[in-house]
Amino acid sequence: MTVESTAARKPRRSSGTKRAAGAASAAKPAAAATAQTQDAVPQLVQMLTPEGDRVENADNAEFAPFVADITTEDLRGLYRDMVMTRRFDGEATALQRQGELGLWASLLGQEAAQIGSGRALNDEDYVFPTYREHGVAWCRGVDPTNLLGMFRGVNHGGWDPNTNNFHLYTIVIGSQTLHATGYAMGVAKDGADAAVIAYFGDGASSQGDVMEAFNFSAVYNSPVVFFCQNNQWAISEPTERQMRVPLYQRAQGFGFPGVRVDGNDVLACLAVTRWALDRARRGEGPTLIEAFTYRMGAHTTSDDPTKYRRDEETAAWESKDPILRLKAHLLATGGADEAYFAELEAESEAMGKRVREAVRSMPDPDTMAIFENVYADGHALVDEERAQFAAYLASFEATEEGH
Amino acid sequence: MAALKMSIAKALNESLRKALEQDPKVLIMGEDVGKLGGVFRITDGLQKDFGEERVIDTPLAESGIVGTAIGLALRGYRPVVEIQFDGFVFPAYDQIVTQLAKMHARSLGKIKMPVVIRIPYAGGIGAVEHHSESPEALFAHVPGLKVVSPSNASDAYWMLQQAILSDDPVIFFEPKRRYWDKGDVDVDAIPYPLHKARVAREGSDITLAAYGPMVKVCLEAAAAAAEEGKSVEVVDLRSMSPVDFDGLQASVEKTRRLVVVHEAPVFLGVGSEIAARITERCFYHLEAPVLRVGGFHAPYPPARLEDEYLPGLDRVLDAVDRSLAY
Repeated sequence: MTVESTAARKPRRSSGTKRAAGAASAAKPAAAATAQTQDAVPQLVQMLTPEGDRVENADNAEFAPFVADITTEDLRGLYRDMVMTRRFDGEATALQRQGELGLWASLLGQEAAQIGSGRALNDEDYVFPTYREHGVAWCRGVDPTNLLGMFRGVNHGGWDPNTNNFHLYTIVIGSQTLHATGYAMGVAKDGADAAVIAYFGDGASSQGDVMEAFNFSAVYNSPVVFFCQNNQWAISEPTERQMRVPLYQRAQGFGFPGVRVDGNDVLACLAVTRWALDRARRGEGPTLIEAFTYRMGAHTTSDDPTKYRRDEETAAWESKDPILRLKAHLLATGGADEAYFAELEAESEAMGKRVREAVRSMPDPDTMAIFENVYADGHALVDEERAQFAAYLASFEATEEGH
Repeated sequence: MAALKMSIAKALNESLRKALEQDPKVLIMGEDVGKLGGVFRITDGLQKDFGEERVIDTPLAESGIVGTAIGLALRGYRPVVEIQFDGFVFPAYDQIVTQLAKMHARSLGKIKMPVVIRIPYAGGIGAVEHHSESPEALFAHVPGLKVVSPSNASDAYWMLQQAILSDDPVIFFEPKRRYWDKGDVDVDAIPYPLHKARVAREGSDITLAAYGPMVKVCLEAAAAAAEEGKSVEVVDLRSMSPVDFDGLQASVEKTRRLVVVHEAPVFLGVGSEIAARITERCFYHLEAPVLRVGGFHAPYPPARLEDEYLPGLDRVLDAVDRSLAY
């Protein structure tokens, strides 16, 4: 099936047709800004309201079957994932404040987007993260302490990407969307029953590489899901400085579906991502998912959000907290009781302690590691400089012995 | 088997064909590389014989080409990417420098990046802007990349296959004005090491070091100098990262004089590094400072001026005379 026919078959999924305002904006640029502004109350796929109520409506009807199998135990699992991830993230933030980490990029507020999408993946699927996908890493089974090496400054990524099919964090914005696309091209060539997911943010949507990834994946009909966590802020720049048209609508211009999902609703994120991965595995090509969410903290520990955004805005999003809403749902439906939450609290505290101890005991790398792995096959200049530097270091030892 | 006579372009084409035959993971990617066979026809006939899944026409987007090649390499493929012209590599420069070059180190050796980026480069074909540049120093400066350039058909044939076999990313600069030069290619030979310099002409009075398109100019200069009774050795460096300083040092210790020649601007070019290192290594052997001949600190000029801009026989011989005058 071609991308064009897919788009034609599912017009509701495509941009412009999902919202009347969006369709108008394509014809009249002036209206686009209005559409963006109106998106302050965006229409999105939601299954769990901020109050914790399950909802069924026309917008989520197509996706609901993809979570029909979710049991109460599964819901508790998703809840546990989010709690553990938040606890880990909080510990890392504290460790940065204590001087143990050079930097930290917090995911506070984005737990549902990451756990929902991360739990949608099969083992064979491959993930290309940015530097904030701690929750997805958790879902992939990457030891959280391994995520901290680069932030402590002992390495540039402390895990083998092929062990968990979770690529290294990519710091240059948007680069990994092309890697994901190329990897997906390879998956298709191999005829493998797998899909690829690329994470990026609203700021990255301004990067040319992301546009090129959209286009390459559409042209080659690659099995890749683009998962944008629109957390409303690219450091200090609001989405109004990144785009005039709602992000998910951009997919239509490239010939594949775009869906906006409530990024603070773990169930909706799970359903929509499963749906998109399913399409990819069936050979129906890429999908853009815009998870509409909010970064509750700073971009990283180096910036101060009070300088660029209003407290009222942050407060408004607090009521949409992804963890609280699932807790409310579990309590209301009898899916979990206070004893369960207390037990989980203890478990997350133990994990936080383990992370803290692991970071503090991380050894600095050996000095000569500077010269390791620059090349796979070796390089004469690196060999020469390694030998020179080793001799230079040895000269101090010789001097000390002389005294 | 006896050596075959073929052009550099044909040698590259045969080299790619052999690589595609020998390893099903080798892919060719780029703009117009399929039906057209590339604007210089280096990939001519390959898509016809190996199909669109192996010889892939791409959208016109250099960052996309290199970025997706990185992804394919992560999946176990060995992409050989064609950038249409030197000046068009810059949209991909970010992917090459921040991603391709660093992936192996970033992963503590867990990831290999067997990606070759072929770039027809340098001037002399009367082209318009952005079609005649020599950006090799910009890549040689980047740890993690290897940078090579063949100067003859045999090297074109063998070096490209060696680059494809390498688990490191290789920037493969093809001297486009030499594409049609013919030479002998022994397709059964044991290949000369990829990063080793080769003495292209023996001499005893002075060494000329060059690579890619300027090797021919230096050989012509050596022949002209011989008529004046000067014995000029020509070293074809072949590799700009790493540079075979040991090989070059051996030549300079013999001749005691060195002139480095390239088309790229002299300032902070490959020749600058060679001058500095050879001065360190051969200080007590040198009879003259290492001299450099190359392009000016100016944009590559309009084609009508390129004969003045490019180092020719006279500018090389002038440098030889200046060195010998010390």
